Amino acid sequence: MARIIVITSGKGGVGKTTTSAALAMGLAQQGKRTVVIDFDVGLRNLDLIMGCERRVVYDFINVINGEANLNQALIRDKRCDHLYVLPASQTRDKDALTKEGVDRVLTELSEGYDFIVCDSPAGIEHGANMAMYFADDAVVVTNPEVSSVRDSDRMLGILSSRSRRAENGEEPISEYLLLTRYDPERVANGEMLSVDDVQEILSLKLLGVVPESKAVLNASNAGVPVILDRESDAGQAYNDMVSRYLGEDVPHRFLNPEKKGFLSRLFKG
Amino acid sequence: MGLLDYFISSRSKGSANLAKERLQILVAHDRAARDQPSYLPQLQQEILAVIRKYVDVDLSAVSVNYEQEDSHEVLELNIVLPDTAQNQA
Repeated sequence: MARIIVITSGKGGVGKTTTSAALAMGLAQQGKRTVVIDFDVGLRNLDLIMGCERRVVYDFINVINGEANLNQALIRDKRCDHLYVLPASQTRDKDALTKEGVDRVLTELSEGYDFIVCDSPAGIEHGANMAMYFADDAVVVTNPEVSSVRDSDRMLGILSSRSRRAENGEEPISEYLLLTRYDPERVANGEMLSVDDVQEILSLKLLGVVPESKAVLNASNAGVPVILDRESDAGQAYNDMVSRYLGEDVPHRFLNPEKKGFLSRLFKG
Repeated sequence: MGLLDYFISSRSKGSANLAKERLQILVAHDRAARDQPSYLPQLQQEILAVIRKYVDVDLSAVSVNYEQEDSHEVLELNIVLPDTAQNQA
């Protein structure tokens, strides 16, 4: 039985797809059989971030409609043996994502994989609901910024009321906070909400803090999940996140500004 | 410029504090609304319609408050009647 993880946020542009790609790659690198699914029907982007956009033949909706089987639609990652991508459909309308269809695909995938990572679209519409409905775990991606934190709180309400686990009266979805685009320097200057501020408001278990980093755009430009950039702060932060998700006790890094010399501060380093 | 920034930023601390305060209020409000029964807004509308048959009150004059405690729920209605109510009756 696979564990189903939804990457959600409510607000757009906070880093859901970047996180989905990083988490899926990280889990696969630890030897877990992993599939990552793009639920953003009509606006698929996961394939671009994963760098497999030219290998898409069939998609999630084709499988749901029975026009292709799972093996035809799954794209095997060339960098990691245990990782597969199920892309979203670019053209069709969102209602094709039926609850029965999604259930069928997830059930079939559950037999052959350890983890299923669901990359949710922004918003609280159908696609987002389908991505979270079947989840066992939820990673709420949040920027240290008012609208993002507020939307995350709304998602928590939806996660606790509109999921399969909630409807069946099972143990609720385990919810984790991932803070992204964190700028320790601005936090130190009192210009940005701190990890503690956000945690005080959302009271979630903190899975990780990913610093604002040039590496993220560089990685998406190249179609390489940023977790593979071991040199970068964001790549390392995502690596820590994966270890933490798998139960390791890893201290949080990148929470404090880099120490700068007096001169570089004087001349705006 | 770097030097100037250094002094300015240390003086104008606190937009993060402002964000936090606003969020705490907003989130508390959102959460309270989340737990309310879904009929509450309509209930407010209909009560207002009944009152309006007799007195000319504004929507903002009616507040409906819902609180949930361990063993019971409190539905509180507060209606501010205008001073001229007697004249209109």
